[in-house]
Amino acid sequence: MLRLEDLRIQQSQFVLSATLSVSQGTRVAVIGPSGAGKSTLLAAIAGFITPAEGSVIWQDQDITHVAPGSRPVAMLFQDNNLFPHLSTAQNIGLGLRPDLRLSTAEENRVMQAMERVGLDGFGNRKPASLSGGQQSRVALARVLVQNRPLVLLDEPFSALGPALKTGMLKLVSELLYETGATLLMVSHDPEDARRIAHETIIVVDGVAHAPQETDSLLDAPPALLRDYLG
Amino acid sequence: MADNSVTVKRWPGALAATIVASIVLGTLMVVVLKSEAGRGLGPADWAAIWFTLWQALLSAMLSVVLAIPVARALARRRFLGRRLLIILLGAPFILPVIVAVFGLLAVFGHAGLVNTSLRWLGLPEVQIYGLHGVVLAHVFFNLPLATRLILQGWQDIPAERFRLAAQLSLRPRDIYRVLERPMLARVAPGAASVIFAICLSSFAVALTLGGGPKATTVELAIYQAFRFDFDLGRAALLSCVQIVLVGTAAVLALRLSGHDSFGTGMDRLVQRWDARGLGLQLVDVVWLSVATLFLVLPITLVFVEGIPGFAHLPSSVWCAAGVSLIVSLGSTVLMVCLAIPIAVTSSIGRGNLEAVGLLGMAASPLVIGTGLFIIIYRIADPFLLAFPVTAVVNAIMALPFALRVLVPAVRDVVQGYWQLSASLNISGLTWMWLVLLPRLRSSLGFACGLTAAMSMGDLGVVVLFADSQNATLPLQMFRLMGAYQMQAAASAAVLLLMMSFGLFFLMDSGGRERAQTRRP
Repeated sequence: MLRLEDLRIQQSQFVLSATLSVSQGTRVAVIGPSGAGKSTLLAAIAGFITPAEGSVIWQDQDITHVAPGSRPVAMLFQDNNLFPHLSTAQNIGLGLRPDLRLSTAEENRVMQAMERVGLDGFGNRKPASLSGGQQSRVALARVLVQNRPLVLLDEPFSALGPALKTGMLKLVSELLYETGATLLMVSHDPEDARRIAHETIIVVDGVAHAPQETDSLLDAPPALLRDYLG
Repeated sequence: MADNSVTVKRWPGALAATIVASIVLGTLMVVVLKSEAGRGLGPADWAAIWFTLWQALLSAMLSVVLAIPVARALARRRFLGRRLLIILLGAPFILPVIVAVFGLLAVFGHAGLVNTSLRWLGLPEVQIYGLHGVVLAHVFFNLPLATRLILQGWQDIPAERFRLAAQLSLRPRDIYRVLERPMLARVAPGAASVIFAICLSSFAVALTLGGGPKATTVELAIYQAFRFDFDLGRAALLSCVQIVLVGTAAVLALRLSGHDSFGTGMDRLVQRWDARGLGLQLVDVVWLSVATLFLVLPITLVFVEGIPGFAHLPSSVWCAAGVSLIVSLGSTVLMVCLAIPIAVTSSIGRGNLEAVGLLGMAASPLVIGTGLFIIIYRIADPFLLAFPVTAVVNAIMALPFALRVLVPAVRDVVQGYWQLSASLNISGLTWMWLVLLPRLRSSLGFACGLTAAMSMGDLGVVVLFADSQNATLPLQMFRLMGAYQMQAAASAAVLLLMMSFGLFFLMDSGGRERAQTRRP
């Protein structure tokens, strides 16, 4: 279980507070107006922002001050998810070993991950020679080999067209089903939330509200969500 | 805002900056301690100070005044070879001073083209040694720089303004008043102050074309006090003077000039409806031709005189070339070891370490050299350490330029990839090898090329230290010229020119080619 206890994140004028918990294996969408602090919330969980107060707790362990790479977290960002100068296989391999000195077993895992996301034979290609959808698949393959129990997606597919994005989210939900990881996913589109997230966190007016069941939330939105949904 | 120190450690940058600062400031302190305060400056010293200021002022003014019509022609004309000419304007930056001086002598010297023609016409000859020659060489080096800076100013005037001017049917004179004069008032003082600061620390030009009581710069006076009189106290006193001069001028130049004096993006060409008159076209053609001839002819003559004797180069020249290659590569490696950590640390935006690199700009190589000599001669024979000292000083002198290229590039890598790197636990040396260096390749290649070429052509601190048996290639060439072996000197000049530009192109294109194959 992921617990945020009296978390207060402060960035100059901007303040975001959160007290909530997400149970293991759940898929949670994070929605709210732009600038409300959705990405900030994920950045704090991933360890890129040190909160002013409160703590981030994973399975009863306080990880508030653990370095990003040592957290049980795999994260995809809006952009720059791949190193342009490294091949597909290398980019995926980084999820296993930061220095890329892979054992044969680890290399096999990279191959399997590529196969799983439908990229066999793309191992030596550089990101620039891949389409946007293929690049997303490489990033997902890395999340797969990282095999962390908590996956954070900060709109990594926002540059893709609607059909591709839906396909990617479907792949994400399949992969999570296989690994049993917990998902927190920032989204602008309530339909995305319905599609793959059981629960939804609303971030609005400086507060991240505790997750609620997605369908019932969206069917009967509370006042603070209604303005955003329009 | 966010905490990106997880990827990037700060201590290597701090260490590198400390090393640079202690070399620059430490030698300065040694020099200051050695100088005898009560002694004061003699008449010869005052003469050197006045000459230094006067020649720098003249050089700056002439360079800028002549650059204005050349830049104007480049800004408003489109012609075959325009791009090449603009690239050529960047070449003096890595052109060895001694080669340029040789070329200028071939044109303006006693036996040069100009004087031969004047004699043939029965007219009095022009004298190149002394103030004329020093200023001439400085204009040769800085006219291109001034042209680039001023051309940048022209390109910064939005195309829409010229369109509006055409719409209002402004005449060239009106356009000058409305658009061009305000731009020049903004750009020209900056360009002049930069050139003034550069010319203040002129050593090689003064060494070759100046000299004597009437044409000695402070840098040259330091060298003479040191080498001829072995008067360390006087050398130290003059060093202090030099630091004050260059430091003041550097501050002035930073105040007056904008940030981006490197000037990229010269490709855009504005449509100019006002410049179609035949008279204006003729003016531009004349200015461009004269400027091109002035820049290209001396170097062409170096080749013309140097190539025939190339096969018979004395072995001493080849020896010196080998020494220079090692010094140049050593200084490049040193620059990389200093610049990368400093760039990494200053790219995460805490403190301003880049300023440390700029110290190399304010300090003069001869001052650093003098200080190092004073330190070394107590413990070892400084003449044995001539080449390592040269490599160190060259690396420090190249550092400000290298940092200028590297800091923005490193900042892009850190800002673009620190989150991804941190989330994948890539840090320290692994991060450097796997992420930073591959992403930095083309900038690093360019910075290395600049450093290697500048070091290859440098005729500065080595003159202080080298004994008569050993020399770098520029020094060997200088000695050949001093011994009137002009044929061998010309061939050595060709070799030096090829090595300087060869190293630059090798490193610059090496960085870019790899970068391209890695980004298909």
